[in-house]
Amino acid sequence: MSERIRRVEGRACVLRGNDIDTDRIIPARFLRCVTFDGLGAHAFEDDRKQAAAAVAAAGVKSDHPLDDPRFAGARLLVVGANFGCGSSREHAPQSLMRAGFRAFIGESFAEIFVGNCSALGLPCATLEPGDLAALMDALEGNPAQQVVLDIGHCTLRSSAGLHNCGLRDGVRAALLEGNWNATRVLLEAGPAIERTANALPYLANFARR
Amino acid sequence: MSSQRNLFDKVWEAHTVREFPDGQSQLFVGLHLIHEVTSPQAFAMLREMELPVRFPERTFATVDHIVPTDSQQRPLEDALGEEMMAALEANCREHGIKLFDPASGKQGIVHVIGPELGLTQPGMTVACGDSHTSTHGAFGAIAFGIGTSQVRDVLATQCLTLAKPRVRRIEIGGALGGGVYAKDVILHIIRRLGVKGGVGYAYEYAGPVIEAMSMEERLTVCNMSIEGGARVGYANPDERSIEYLRGRAFAPPPEGATFERAATWWRSLKSDADADFDDRVSFPGAEIEPTVTWGINPGQALGVNEALPLPADVPDEERSGFSEALSFMGFHAGEPILGAKIDVAFIGSCTNGRISDLREAAKVARTGQVAPGVRTLVVPGSQAVAREAEAEGLDEIFRSAGFEWREPGCSMCLAMNPDKLRGRELSASSSNRNFKGRQGSPTGRTLLMSPAMVAAAALRGRVTDVRELLG
Ligand code: SF4
Repeated sequence: MSERIRRVEGRACVLRGNDIDTDRIIPARFLRCVTFDGLGAHAFEDDRKQAAAAVAAAGVKSDHPLDDPRFAGARLLVVGANFGCGSSREHAPQSLMRAGFRAFIGESFAEIFVGNCSALGLPCATLEPGDLAALMDALEGNPAQQVVLDIGHCTLRSSAGLHNCGLRDGVRAALLEGNWNATRVLLEAGPAIERTANALPYLANFARR
Repeated sequence: MSSQRNLFDKVWEAHTVREFPDGQSQLFVGLHLIHEVTSPQAFAMLREMELPVRFPERTFATVDHIVPTDSQQRPLEDALGEEMMAALEANCREHGIKLFDPASGKQGIVHVIGPELGLTQPGMTVACGDSHTSTHGAFGAIAFGIGTSQVRDVLATQCLTLAKPRVRRIEIGGALGGGVYAKDVILHIIRRLGVKGGVGYAYEYAGPVIEAMSMEERLTVCNMSIEGGARVGYANPDERSIEYLRGRAFAPPPEGATFERAATWWRSLKSDADADFDDRVSFPGAEIEPTVTWGINPGQALGVNEALPLPADVPDEERSGFSEALSFMGFHAGEPILGAKIDVAFIGSCTNGRISDLREAAKVARTGQVAPGVRTLVVPGSQAVAREAEAEGLDEIFRSAGFEWREPGCSMCLAMNPDKLRGRELSASSSNRNFKGRQGSPTGRTLLMSPAMVAAAALRGRVTDVRELLG
């Protein structure tokens, strides 16, 4: 059994842009490791460095959202469409989780990313584009506000109002029931696993032994 | 009674252990492939849960991402890389998992060795902690990439919890023109359907162009399914798939009737002639040109003789991504991609690191010399590919044209080994991702194209229409 997750609340950080891939979330050089420890510090490292360099060069105030003090301590990350596309690396949600995020809100998410997040108990909730735009504007106007993602009711509350959000049924139930760690659930199938294997022609009839 | 099932439905059903009330399924994984990057944490989780590996004989391991391509000498110069390699060796030893390391002579990129060893077969479910696992779908397997927690699930239970995707049949009609390759076909599909177009779908690739392809070409097409958003991509098995497998080390043994029994089953898996699909699209093969990406996602692609779009041609919702890509790449709206000056040429990866890719690139390489100032890497996808290429003298063709011939691995496809772009270098690459920073320099830039097009770009020092060199 894992922890039951009914809601995620706290500050929310706005990261605009579509098609943000996992190479950007955690550059490949940080995958040279045998544990996920320490990855939190490197989330979006290259984007953050480039933003910081631009700030230094132009003197303009355009911190990367993850370095923007107004979003410090955020527990929700608000993103655009197709977030987490590209490489299947679980290092991406692991690094964001270790950087403090407990939920993602966006227009849409890449499938493997959602699967990885679900296995870590991190909901990826979708909003209609209009609602998302209103949420982003509201958060940028008032970053200190508390945002509440209610998993049971599939709603998101912020100063922009109460919005319905999308959460895959299976993921939602797993979070609410505390069985998002899939291994235990899969093991419950018991000998049905071997029965399925033994009925597969390539394992039963013509395997090379 | 006529059945109307597609291959996906048949394979899914055969592997379903049970269905959950929310509609997801517990699916048995017939073949599990692991490598050094996404497995160590999974083994650690398993240890924490005090669970054994349930079917150790259905998991196979190799090392590919971190291995250097200049020398595979142990211990690796890179201490972190050495630690990852040692962890994989220890985990495989402890759990009785077969490892194809450099000493085995069978090492290579996981998606190259699976088919090559005959591990990948029609009708299997294949999972690997790597998004390009869809490659194996070329044989009519249902193959998908998974994350590390799911690697743990497969090790512990040989199963995954999955929601069944919809299936879209993509038919490529007619035939391809000369100098147009499988890589161009998949880049074209992604360009047309978009990088998000396949989310929620499995792609079935079909039609005369796919049927005419070799198995290696089909592997290239299926490989990049994920770049179009589809986690799974497959082609129906046919006589070519069956002949490819005959005699391979892990394919059904040729003696007796065993192989023929397998072949009969494989033939039965094909999508039925009247099968239902959730969606269908088709393109004429003749419209596909040698295709090149110009931006920072694989959908930002052009026929080599086309100009970059103008802002007015770009749909509103893509406008900001468009200007971000232009400014990152240093290109201007409306300018031609032909003639863009390149710094690096990379031939290799699980998309295009097989023997037929090297042969096509060598045909171009033998027509000239690498342009001054262009850094080149030719990296076979596996030790077996390297041996075959060397036996045919391809390494010599590349070397005498001024290309660097390297040892097998993922190399410059991603930045986990010493092969990396430097600074803002512009690379012509036969790999699959042009994301910002993908090839190892945060500001490095990538143009994806076929291996023959990469070879042409290397000779001219500029993006070139390979058809000019092939005459
Ligand atoms: S060649 Fe590239 S895409 Fe393929 S497995 Fe290696 S790193 Fe991944």
